[in-house]
Amino acid sequence: MKKISAVNDFVIKFANVNGSGSASANELFARSILRMGVPVSPRNIFPSNIQGLPTWYEVRVSERGYLGRRGGCDLMVAMNPQTWDADVKEIEPGGYLFYDSTRPMPKSKFREDINVLGMPLTQITNEAYTDVRQRQLFKNIIYVGALSALLDIESDAIGQLIGEQYRGKEALLKPNLHALQMGRDYAIAHLDCAGVGLKVKRADNVGKRIFIEGNNAAALGAVYGGATVCAWYPITPSSSVAEAFEKHCRKFRVDPETGKNRFAIVQAEDELASIGMVIGAGWNGARAFTATSGPGISLMTEFIGLAYFAEIPATIINVQRGGPSTGMPTRTQQADLLSCAYASNGDTKHPMLFPEDPKECFDFAATALDLADRLQTPIFLMTDLDIGMNTRLCEPLVWDDDRKYDHGKVMSAEELEAGRDFGRYLDVDGDGIPYRTYPGTHPKRGAYFTRGTTKDRYARYSEEGPVYVDNMQRLERKWETARNLVPHPLTRAASRPSKLGVIYFGSTSPAMTEALDVLEAQGRPLDAMRVRGFPFHASVMEFIASHDQVFVVEQNRDAQFRSMLINEGDLDSARVVPVLHYDGTPITARFIIAAISEHVAFLNVTPIKKVAQ
Amino acid sequence: MTYLTKPKLHHPTLATNKRGFTRRDYEGPVSTLCAGCGHDSISAAIIQAAFNLDIEPHRVAKLSGIGCSSKTPTYFLGQSHGFNTVHGRMPSVLTGANLANRELIYMGVSGDGDSASIGLGQFAHSMRRGVNMVYIVMNNGVYGLTKGQFSATADKGSKAKRGAINNDSPVDMVGLALQLGATFVARSFSGDKAQLVPLIEAAIAHQGAAFIDVVSPCVAFNNHPGSTKSYDYVREHNEAVNRIDFMPKREEITTDYAPGMLQEVVQHDGSVLRLRKLHADYDPNNRIGAMNFLQEHQARGEVVTGLLYVNPEPEDLHIYANTVNVPLSTLSERVLCPGSAALDKINASLR
Repeated sequence: MKKISAVNDFVIKFANVNGSGSASANELFARSILRMGVPVSPRNIFPSNIQGLPTWYEVRVSERGYLGRRGGCDLMVAMNPQTWDADVKEIEPGGYLFYDSTRPMPKSKFREDINVLGMPLTQITNEAYTDVRQRQLFKNIIYVGALSALLDIESDAIGQLIGEQYRGKEALLKPNLHALQMGRDYAIAHLDCAGVGLKVKRADNVGKRIFIEGNNAAALGAVYGGATVCAWYPITPSSSVAEAFEKHCRKFRVDPETGKNRFAIVQAEDELASIGMVIGAGWNGARAFTATSGPGISLMTEFIGLAYFAEIPATIINVQRGGPSTGMPTRTQQADLLSCAYASNGDTKHPMLFPEDPKECFDFAATALDLADRLQTPIFLMTDLDIGMNTRLCEPLVWDDDRKYDHGKVMSAEELEAGRDFGRYLDVDGDGIPYRTYPGTHPKRGAYFTRGTTKDRYARYSEEGPVYVDNMQRLERKWETARNLVPHPLTRAASRPSKLGVIYFGSTSPAMTEALDVLEAQGRPLDAMRVRGFPFHASVMEFIASHDQVFVVEQNRDAQFRSMLINEGDLDSARVVPVLHYDGTPITARFIIAAISEHVAFLNVTPIKKVAQ
Repeated sequence: MTYLTKPKLHHPTLATNKRGFTRRDYEGPVSTLCAGCGHDSISAAIIQAAFNLDIEPHRVAKLSGIGCSSKTPTYFLGQSHGFNTVHGRMPSVLTGANLANRELIYMGVSGDGDSASIGLGQFAHSMRRGVNMVYIVMNNGVYGLTKGQFSATADKGSKAKRGAINNDSPVDMVGLALQLGATFVARSFSGDKAQLVPLIEAAIAHQGAAFIDVVSPCVAFNNHPGSTKSYDYVREHNEAVNRIDFMPKREEITTDYAPGMLQEVVQHDGSVLRLRKLHADYDPNNRIGAMNFLQEHQARGEVVTGLLYVNPEPEDLHIYANTVNVPLSTLSERVLCPGSAALDKINASLR
């Protein structure tokens, strides 16, 4: 029978029941491979539920460092009888099935073209442990031990990780190490370890990179970027942003002398209140943010319009999930682009930042806080579930200790005292950004009334047409200023001149990098641009203009990003070709390659071999 | 609506307070509300209270929602920053503002539509959280700006100007505030300045969530026979529990009221509320008693006014959040940013 043979390049998937304690064991498995210098990219595939439903943990092992989802599965660790049939079906021909063989399974439950590795896990744990909870938890560690033997993972790498995890907790350390060893010993004695073609071999491809979830990194960025007020309402997949912010603040933001907090976190009654608090705090001179997801954005929309029109800083971290409505709460999409870019009634538009990974979540969270103050407007950090809730390998986080927070144009008491003219909506230097004053600054000068109704340059209510138009045109100038302030796009030129280009953003990045490499190797090089900010920098339209056609790769049904490009750049829609992935799973290189190849074949350019799905 | 300013000149002999401000310094532009509107009387009471307390106008932040009542912050405290937010959502914006700078005085102004209908949730949660503020509802039981629809505080059976009868039960904001944990709860009447001004003063001095429901007849849409929020109806059914005199802590306490009729409440900041009791058995420190008293009198169709409940030792959101004593808005990167060395350690822990 065929056996898949691969060193440091395969996909292993764990099928578990959620609430069974498998998550930490699976992460231990993934980290142990990292410790061997081999990049991994794990993904949780989980339901909106706490206990009892199926959950999967997919680990892509890739020495070349491809961190996008690959698709397919070479080794299935089938621990969930509920999903057995589908799990067995998903294994690539010649792949491997590892399962709990305590109860005999009928032959019909297996496949002829896969390699089966049965281990009586339940029997082993029942014999070793009497406590029900222990049986369940250690069963997970035992299968990690067995897998380490099957895949040649160094037991020292795992032992070291367990040691770090339970440092100072001897009572937990020893039983975990024991369970691990039990699994290894069983596999070595009873399973055909040498016959498994998937192997991990020590390499040196991880370097200084770190392994972190995007939500955690975004929260750290908010701490480093100086956010003092966080108001939020729990919603998957964003809740861990606020929770991580609190954790980091408890560590870094407590005044050592008084024990008092240099931060305030409010779990609000809903998203309307959370954005309202952020706007109130921003109006009053504090850096404030909220974290939410699509349905939360829908609720915040009226307030976002107020902050746009009254010009109040606000940072909104949108960890996108599958929509519309409640949609797919635990699946990923990039489907809130239009609802954020043009949120609220009337003519509104808002800057957005698109991080590709946790590192950029950190960087852009801090950038967003600066930009919100500089531009006096809501700034969206557009991350998603794939980046936010999965632990991802990325460059280490960096902070320049000389960096000062940019509070933008704030008129001080001294300037007011000196008689400097203050018009809250007065454009003094042509960039469309007016000066503001914080409440309480000066006894006689600088007070003004903030409102969502129209007003003149000195914040006086007016519904006069010319006054309204004057203000709207200034807001447009501010938008032009924002164009150069948001992170600029990055380009990757093909090895030889290409008439085709591809534009992508956010969590599509790792899959795209891989797809570009493969296309290049197949003799189909493409110029690529990763857009990192909205409004689009001038170079985005130049990139499109310099190619015959540009693919726009995104994770939603309606080609929202492409619509924005057409809308903002006044483009001929034929120039931008949609490549759309929106089933809720992270986009794969295989998908992108297939979609682009198909289109290129259609264009009747040199046909290339269609890549297997 | 147009934006009108008042002449800046004023009579040279106009009295000044201890901070050197005249009463005019606490005014705003000319009101554009209807002549005789109860809301203008409340604005005047706020101006008087701020003058009496020697408050520096710029140390007040005034926030409101949407509606006639929410327009009034334009017409008082012209030297204060104001924020006309969105309908029913003033409490959250005020909460955020308060978190950013605990040193300002926060005045939230709202109406019955803004707070009891669209904004009931935010009203309730701001009371629960104990936001240090004065929350005034100018309560006329009607939507004025959209011309006379019932609001959620309209009494069951009351009659709209065009004849419609309200069939829905009213929201009693005083009862809600008591139940939800507000630490200062009062009701007054826009036509009763002698009661209202000291109540506002006491509420400003109160370092917690202070709520004042002010029945304020709408002369355009809710001041006719059959309305339970009209001037005549409220005057006939007003059941005052006490008359309050407010003394800031720096004033010498004098006794010029008959003993036995007086109850003094010393607030946390040292200010004294002197209550002339009209109901001998009324205890303003008893929250449960206040709720019972309110319900009993409401059942009889009486509008209970006065200081209904005060906790002289209130806690507020900043105490719960254990925030530093200085405004969060004044903290710089020096204390907010953990720096690169800490980040290196974090990186090391993530490998």
